[in-house]
Amino acid sequence: MRKNIILCGVGGQGTVLASRLISAAAMARNIPVLSAETIGMAQRGGSVFSHLRMGEGIYSPMIARGEADLLLGFEPGEAVRLLPFLRPGGQVVVSSRPVTPVMTALSGEEYRAEPMLDYLKARVPSLLVVDAESALREVGSPRVLNLILLGAALKSGALGLEEADLQSAIRRLIPEKFHELNLRALHWASEER
Amino acid sequence: MHTAFLMGNEAIALGALAAGVNLVCGYPGTPSTEVLETVAKNRTDGVYVEWSVNEKTAMELAAGASYSGARVLVTMKQMGLNVAADPLMCLEYIGVKGGVVVLVADDPGPISSQTEQDTRHFAAFSKVPCFDPSSAAEAYAMVQEAFEFSEKYGTPVFLRPTTRVSHGYAALEVKDPEEYTRHIPAGFEKDPGRWVIFPRLSFANHRKIEERNEALSGLLSENPFNRALPGENAPAPRKGLAAGGISFTYAMEAREKLGKLPLLKVGVPFPFPEKLALSFLSELDEVLCLEELDPVIERHLIYVCGKYGLKTRILGKQTGHMPLSGENTRDLVNDAVSAFLGTPRREETLPPPPPLPVRPPVLCGGCPHRASFYAVKQAMKGRKTIFCGDIGCYTLGNAKPLEMVDTCLCMGAGLGIAQAVNHLEPDRSCFAFVGDSTFFASALPGVVNAVYNQASFTLVVLDNSTTAMTGHQPHPGTGRTVMGQAVDKVSIENVLRGIGLTFVETVDPLNLPAAVDAVKRADAAPGVKAIIFRSPCIALSRPTGRAVVDPGKCIGCRKCIREIGCPALSFADGKAVIDPGQCTGCSLCGQICPTGAISGGEPHA
Ligand code: SF4
Ligand code: SF4
Repeated sequence: MRKNIILCGVGGQGTVLASRLISAAAMARNIPVLSAETIGMAQRGGSVFSHLRMGEGIYSPMIARGEADLLLGFEPGEAVRLLPFLRPGGQVVVSSRPVTPVMTALSGEEYRAEPMLDYLKARVPSLLVVDAESALREVGSPRVLNLILLGAALKSGALGLEEADLQSAIRRLIPEKFHELNLRALHWASEER
Repeated sequence: MHTAFLMGNEAIALGALAAGVNLVCGYPGTPSTEVLETVAKNRTDGVYVEWSVNEKTAMELAAGASYSGARVLVTMKQMGLNVAADPLMCLEYIGVKGGVVVLVADDPGPISSQTEQDTRHFAAFSKVPCFDPSSAAEAYAMVQEAFEFSEKYGTPVFLRPTTRVSHGYAALEVKDPEEYTRHIPAGFEKDPGRWVIFPRLSFANHRKIEERNEALSGLLSENPFNRALPGENAPAPRKGLAAGGISFTYAMEAREKLGKLPLLKVGVPFPFPEKLALSFLSELDEVLCLEELDPVIERHLIYVCGKYGLKTRILGKQTGHMPLSGENTRDLVNDAVSAFLGTPRREETLPPPPPLPVRPPVLCGGCPHRASFYAVKQAMKGRKTIFCGDIGCYTLGNAKPLEMVDTCLCMGAGLGIAQAVNHLEPDRSCFAFVGDSTFFASALPGVVNAVYNQASFTLVVLDNSTTAMTGHQPHPGTGRTVMGQAVDKVSIENVLRGIGLTFVETVDPLNLPAAVDAVKRADAAPGVKAIIFRSPCIALSRPTGRAVVDPGKCIGCRKCIREIGCPALSFADGKAVIDPGQCTGCSLCGQICPTGAISGGEPHA
């Protein structure tokens, strides 16, 4: 199996942990993994990304345009920004919830998710939009968007991993008192409703 | 051996431990910080680790440890090397006993730095050999070899990863602690002829160093970190690539896609492997160089062509085939190699997206620096001022709507700038903002200078009890060390009073009226004044609750948003709204709202 995955969003949304969980799950299956991500200044509310590559014969942790099998967008505008990385036929899983940049809030303009989601809908046949508002409310924490999106990516089938793989990664990487919450968030997308 | 998923910086740390390192010191700086942190977490018995107060001090510790026969790793980012330059330049002349590896992480882009300086140049300037890893796996091997190399040739050695190598992750085979080399330092032996630098000694050693590096250039032509990969069914005759660092992996990927051109990998760019380069170049008419920052490989290849009379054309940054600044990407390299082969890549045809949000980094929701800047801004409204910023999270105080950073140069420079402006314009109120870690690292000489030379300005120490930007390292004001000891804090107040300041006040910036009042009084006082705004970084303190807007009371004036720019605040349907995921309940917006529409939260204790 060879997979190129891009996670993107806004600093502080938890992309790094999500990327780490996928890597740990792949490692546990003895799949070679390379990854790279934004660390530093941009983590303070800037645009951030993780590139993650699994499989044999890979030299660089970075993904080129048109190479990603899965784009996991933590924010609609950020998913649009990195769409050129998606390969034709690739899967996009995206949160519906916009994060308003301070600059936009200041200028008095409104930033809406709809034009971003419409752009994605028009271009990506395999698009899964996650209703983040409802998900966070139902799971009961504003801070688990990353696990909710990972769950949705599992459901889309594009991750190439099983829920059990990520469950054990959660148990290994996250402090115990948060296990229950994170496992619930991971499972949210696959619940019947 | 076991397999672990490691960041490049973690691999370097474990490699150093495997090589029997005895002492590790450094100063935090992105992208180098995780090296020392990983050593601290995984250190074996007898390994001493510290965050030094700055890079110069760290380099001096490295010298002392090496004189005593210890193996030393000293870590910093590229800007830090400027601070450590003095001891390092001299140490090269003196030479080392225990192996000294100087880990300097460069930052193409730059992503988190003020300059795009290239440590490979510094290597040539200081005459210190330089290892340049292309991956986490190679970095792990290189750091171990670098210790051997350092001791064998009596010189410090640079290990110079760049951001993508330092922060890239890979699954690696690493040694178990039982397999680590044990290195027992012999202890310091008196030998003034060896350890005391004098002009005569420098003269003699200079010649030896030049001869050694000449010889090393030959030896390094045989070292597997430098190698020429032959072409395989090459897509163009007599064309080749040369690459170093992360760009080598981009070149390998480009070869998979576009055809296997011959490729010269330069893993040790100084002393440059001249013999290897000569034999590679003599088979080729054109070579495209793929590297970040300065055209170091490119210029060396041109030099080899000139020296040996080769006609090979060397392409790269200097010929417009690669960009002069910024980091390389897979796409950039793919495009450049395609163009080099005469088959430019087709451009993608995605229609243009709707206008995308612009997201410069901002101070976190609830960050106490926001309150500090806001208080100074309020207090000095309508006055003639200069606000000199510095290096850290608080550089972000430059952004709208605070706009409280008029200058930012390098660590500690704001103090000097403020003093000079005051000497030239005595009627201007001059402020220098400096973080707590930066205060200890590089502000003290500036304060002494100001006091002695009769400057007048206000020093604002933004004390959030940590080194926040680089990921919360301890410093002398925090009362703990990286080895986990609880120690007496060095008091910023006492230090300032000891230097002779009489106006030294500590205030919680989240108490807005008190903060504004302190600034006004400081500004009115003569000489060098100091305000210490003390409130912990939000990453270290638990939220005190969350603020909420009462939509019945909010009149939609936007004052809260316009004045402080907290990322948790936005505007929807004519009212302010607060994102509970980002709000820490710092209460600043509530102190600003003219109708009292915002409640909840309180300043952290
Ligand atoms: S209380 Fe107001 S200023 Fe403070 S974090 Fe919350 S929204 Fe931002
Ligand atoms: S300052 Fe107060 S009244 Fe004005 S928009 Fe903000 S919450 Fe509403």
